[in-house]
Parts: sequence; structure tokens; C-alpha cells
Amino acid sequence: MEKKVVLKTKAIGKYFYDPLKFKVLDNISFEAYQGEFLTLVGKSGSGKSTLLYILSTMDTEYEGELFIDDALITGQKVNKLAAIRNKNIGFVFQFHYLLPEFSCLKNIMIPALKLGKYSHEEVEQQAYEKLDMLGIKDQALKPASKLSGGQQQRVSIARALINSPKIIMCDEPTGNLDSKNTKIVFDTFQQIAHEFGQTIIAVTHDIDFAKASDRTIELADGKIVG
Amino acid sequence: MKTGVNTEIALTHILTRKRQTIVAALGVTIGIAIYITMNTLIIGTNRYSDNAIFKTTPHVRIYKEDEISKPLEKDSAKIKSTVIINPKISNISKNLINPVKLLDEIKRQPEVTSAAEMVNANVFYNNGKSQLNGVGWGINIVEANAMFDIQSTMVAGDLRTLLNTPNGIIIGVGIADKLSLKMNDNISVISSIGVIKLLKVVGLFKTSNLATDKGKSYMNLATAQQLLGQGPSYVTDIYVNIKDPEQAPAYGKVLSKLTGYSFEDWKAANELFVAGKKIRAIMFTVISWAILLVAAFGIYNIVNMTISQKMNDIAILKATGFSGGDVVKIFVMEAMVMGIIGTILGFLMAALLTNLLSHIYIGADIGYFPIQFELPVSLTGVGVGILVTFGAGFIPARKAAKVDPVAIFRK
Ligand SMILES: Nc1ncnc2c1ncn2[C@@H]1O[C@H](COP(=O)(O)OP(=O)(O)OP(=O)(O)O)[C@@H](O)[C@H]1O
Ligand SMILES: [Mg+2]
Repeated sequence: MEKKVVLKTKAIGKYFYDPLKFKVLDNISFEAYQGEFLTLVGKSGSGKSTLLYILSTMDTEYEGELFIDDALITGQKVNKLAAIRNKNIGFVFQFHYLLPEFSCLKNIMIPALKLGKYSHEEVEQQAYEKLDMLGIKDQALKPASKLSGGQQQRVSIARALINSPKIIMCDEPTGNLDSKNTKIVFDTFQQIAHEFGQTIIAVTHDIDFAKASDRTIELADGKIVG
Repeated sequence: MKTGVNTEIALTHILTRKRQTIVAALGVTIGIAIYITMNTLIIGTNRYSDNAIFKTTPHVRIYKEDEISKPLEKDSAKIKSTVIINPKISNISKNLINPVKLLDEIKRQPEVTSAAEMVNANVFYNNGKSQLNGVGWGINIVEANAMFDIQSTMVAGDLRTLLNTPNGIIIGVGIADKLSLKMNDNISVISSIGVIKLLKVVGLFKTSNLATDKGKSYMNLATAQQLLGQGPSYVTDIYVNIKDPEQAPAYGKVLSKLTGYSFEDWKAANELFVAGKKIRAIMFTVISWAILLVAAFGIYNIVNMTISQKMNDIAILKATGFSGGDVVKIFVMEAMVMGIIGTILGFLMAALLTNLLSHIYIGADIGYFPIQFELPVSLTGVGVGILVTFGAGFIPARKAAKVDPVAIFRK
């Protein structure tokens, strides 16, 4: 069966100039497929986060080319990139980055309201479904700041999923979680990738987490080594 | 369908910090209230003091300029030696030639609202041994009234009596007091060239100016001409009022060209007053803008603070697809909500203040505080308030729009 490429990089390289010029990423070329649960590993400082930010379209200062869904992303205008992220990419970070004044439900709804594809009622309905899937429907109307760390991370995953993006990018999504919550997150990602056909690209330090994923890319000193 | 989410975020930010929002809005309220009230005050007092001036000064005065004798021989490059001369006023008479025709012509001008011939005579008023010097205005009293509203200052007698009384005179109450004169008493008036006339007091007036009341009198044109030993065609000035007194300096030139005589507009005649008016306007403007800026700074401050506390929120919003423009909209909207609430309250407060001030009794011929609600200035105030808060929101909002989410997530 032919696998569909959703994200592709061609010889991506990046320099940092402060305090000294050094090449943090060198000739990164790889492809990520639809419905794939992909993990990025490597020693601390190997450039995983830096690469993820380039893939996320938020960092535009690099050489080489980035394609999402066969469309060239490199060189697009910032507003276009924002729209692409809104529609195609969901984010989960080590910290939840929920807006503290809003309820969990609202936090999840905001990217969808921005997209403006569905009515307020429909978006609310979808947000409840995501919360239900992550087992925290009963927390919907609480302010985000009143939840436990594991619950907050699940809310942020629900937020990443709300626009049904093609790709979900994660930077150490379980970095702050205990083993029980880590398992919940892992199972959720597995389900998202294999049942819903969305692609997960997750940076992780957790070897077991990486081993259990579909494929692992290892970075060392800014190069792909495996 | 896209409307809403930016607004919703902005309103949530505002509602979660009600107290700071109210404080910032109240700052604007005070700023706008003072801005509008100050400007209303300027307009009111200027209107009052202009009117006070127009009670004694015409918008434009047409007169014959003194001519200075010229050197007998002109300087030129060829003649090195200069003829020494002694410049003197060379014209003897200040008489305007054919004043009736001139007046007619001036009155025909569309801009002109009223005009009058005028002869000024420096005189001594006598009654028994007491003597007082002053100026007698020889003028058609009806025309003068049209210009200066003399009627409003009359305390005894009737203006029209002067028309029917060739040897009548209307004097200031100060003169009447000093010379202990009553209505219908006789007063002897001596001019600077020694002509004596016995006149009958047919009216008394009282202005807000003591010096005027102690020296000024109105008499028929012919009386003044006789006091100066001149005939009925002797007229020294033509007083002209026009539709828009602000145009007097420019329109004076037109009249001057038309008549061939010199002119003096009321602003030139009251330079000190005009300068005082300018200083007052500058002072009030500076003060009201300073207060407005403080209010704007209050808004700037709270928006700026919100932004620096919400760097993480801005980063995640940008990550999830909000553009720089959306971020600007969110924070400008927050500033505008505070600004608009503040401005509306400020407008109402200014209206209230104006109303209160207008009920303060000052006394004399001012009466109540000369202030009233001025719509154009109030609307300008509202516009300025909205503009200033927009600026106060836009400056920090632009900074927020430039936040690099990657730099935030790396922390
Ligand atoms: N803004 C920056 N300016 C200069 N150097 C930077 C900057 N950000 C990161 N680096 C450097 O680039 C290298 C790669 O950083 P990066 O954050 O991508 O590593 P990482 O693989 O994600 O590490 P970790 O596992 O600790 O998160 C590191 O050596 C880091 O010090
Ligand atoms: Mg990292």
C-alpha cells in the first residue's frame, strides 16, 4: 500500500549566531506519512526542538525546503503561515499553555472559532466530543487553571485536535507527567494516528515512549543518525 | 463568522481585570471632561470678552492717517549727500472728504452690517467749579446703538431723546456723580480749542468700566463738530461692523482700498487683549492636553502590562493560527472599550460641569458665568478621546503582534 506523505523536508539546515556561529541543524531530509506516529529523539542540545519549530512553520529562518501536503511552505508570508497552522497543525508542548481566564471548553474552542468553519454551537459540540474522548468531559466548564497537570495536558491535546489537523506536533508532551498520565497520552496519540489517520510528530526523551511509536528518528549534533 | 473570537478574548481580558479597567476608563473620563470643559470655557469667556470689546470698539475704523513730510530730495545711488529734513505731521486736517458718499458706499458692501460717521472731541465737563476731562462721541446715536448696544447700558433717559434734542448729551454715571448732575440738568462742555457749549443731560449710562463712566459722553454729530469749530461735513472716522469680526483685519484692507483711507481693525486696536486671549488659549490647550496624555498613559500602561503578563497566551494564540493583525485587534479593542466608556462618561461629566458653572452668579454686568454647552467642541473632545485611546492601545499592541512564539516556547 502506497503511503501518503504529509510532511517532507529537503536538506534543512540552520545556524545560530549567538554567542558564536554554529550549525544547529545540518542537511535534514525526511518524510512523515499520513497516520504515522513518529518520534524524534536525541541527546539534549541535539536540535530536536529547533527542528520541530521549523516544521511547525513558526521558525522561518532556515535553509532547505519544507513541504506540507506537497505544498512548499518555505518562503510563505507570515499571515499565510498562521492560516496554515490554524488549519493543518496542532500543538502540544511540555507545558499546557492554556489561557487561564477561559474555561477548558473555551480554550479548546478558540482555534476552531478562529478557523470559522463551523458555527459556535457546532464548535462547542466538537469540543465536548474531544473532552469526552480524553476522559475529562466533566471538567469542561472549569477554568483551565483549576485542573491537575495531567488534566491540563489532556485539555491541551484536545485543543490541538479541535480543527482535525493533518499533523500534531509535540515537544516532550509527557515531560511533566507521571506514568499513568503518560500512558493516557500515549494511547490517545496511538488512537489519533491509527484510527483517525492523523500524523503525530513528537519529540521525546522517554525511550519506552519512542520504542512503542511507529518510527523513531534520532538526531545527533543536528544530523539524522537513525 | 470570524467576528467574535478576537472580541471574545478582548472582553474576557477586560472582565477579568474589572478594577484596573475602571480605573483606566475613569482616567479618560477625567481627561476628556477637563478637555471639553476647558475648551468650552475658552469659547465662553472669549465670547463674553469679545462682546465687551465690541461695546466700545467697532470691528473696523476708517480714518485719515497722519502724513509725515518727505525729504525734499530723494536719496539715490548717485547723490551721496542726504538732505537733512525734520519730519513733521504735514496734514492739518483729519477730515474725511465727502463722508456721506463714503458712508453710503460702505453700507452697500454685503459684508457690512452697520456703519456710522463719527467725530471725537476731547472736552472738559464743567459744573460750577468742578471740572472733569473726557471724550465726547459725536455720532448718530441710533447707528451707534446698532453697533455698540448702548441701550443695554442706559440707566436713565432714552437714547431717542438725543435725536430730538440738538443740545442734548448722554453722560456716564461717573461724570454725573462727580459733577452732581441729574437728568435734565445743564452741563457746560469746553473743547480743546476753547469752544464752550451748554448741553442738557438727556441720559445716563453705566458700563462695567469705571474710567469710561467717568469720561465718556454721547452727543449729536453737529454738537461735536461745533465743539471742534468745524462745519457739518467734518467727519474724522467711519466706524464699521461686519458679519464675522474674525475677518476684520482682512476686510479692513478691502474697505481701505475702497475708500482710499487707512483702517484699524479691532484686533490691532486691542493688541494686548488679543495677546492675552492667545496666551489663555495656549495655556488651556497645554493643560487639557497634558491631562489627556496622562489619561492616555493610564490606558497604555494597563494594555502594556496585560501584554507582558500574557506573553505565553500570545505565543499559543499565534501558534494556533492567530495572525499579528488578530493580536493587534485584540489589544486595541481592549484599549478602545476602556477609552469609549471613559470618553462617553467624560462627555456627560463635561456637560454636567458646564451646566453647574453656568449657574454660578458672578455679578456686575457679567451676570452668570459666561459658559454654555458647545456641541462642536464636545464632539471634538469625543473624537480626540477615541483617537488618543486608539493610539494608547495600538502602540503596545503592535509590540505584542511582533512576539516570536518560538522564543517564548523555548523558555
Ligand atoms: N535562540 C538560540 N540561540 C542560540 N543557540 C540556541 C538557541 N536556541 C537553542 N540554541 C542551541 O541550539 C542547540 C539545539 O537546541 P534545541 O533546543 O533544539 O535542543 P533539544 O534537542 O531540543 O534539547 P533538549 O532535549 O534539551 O530540549 C543547543 O545547543 C542550544 O543551546
Ligand atoms: Mg527541546
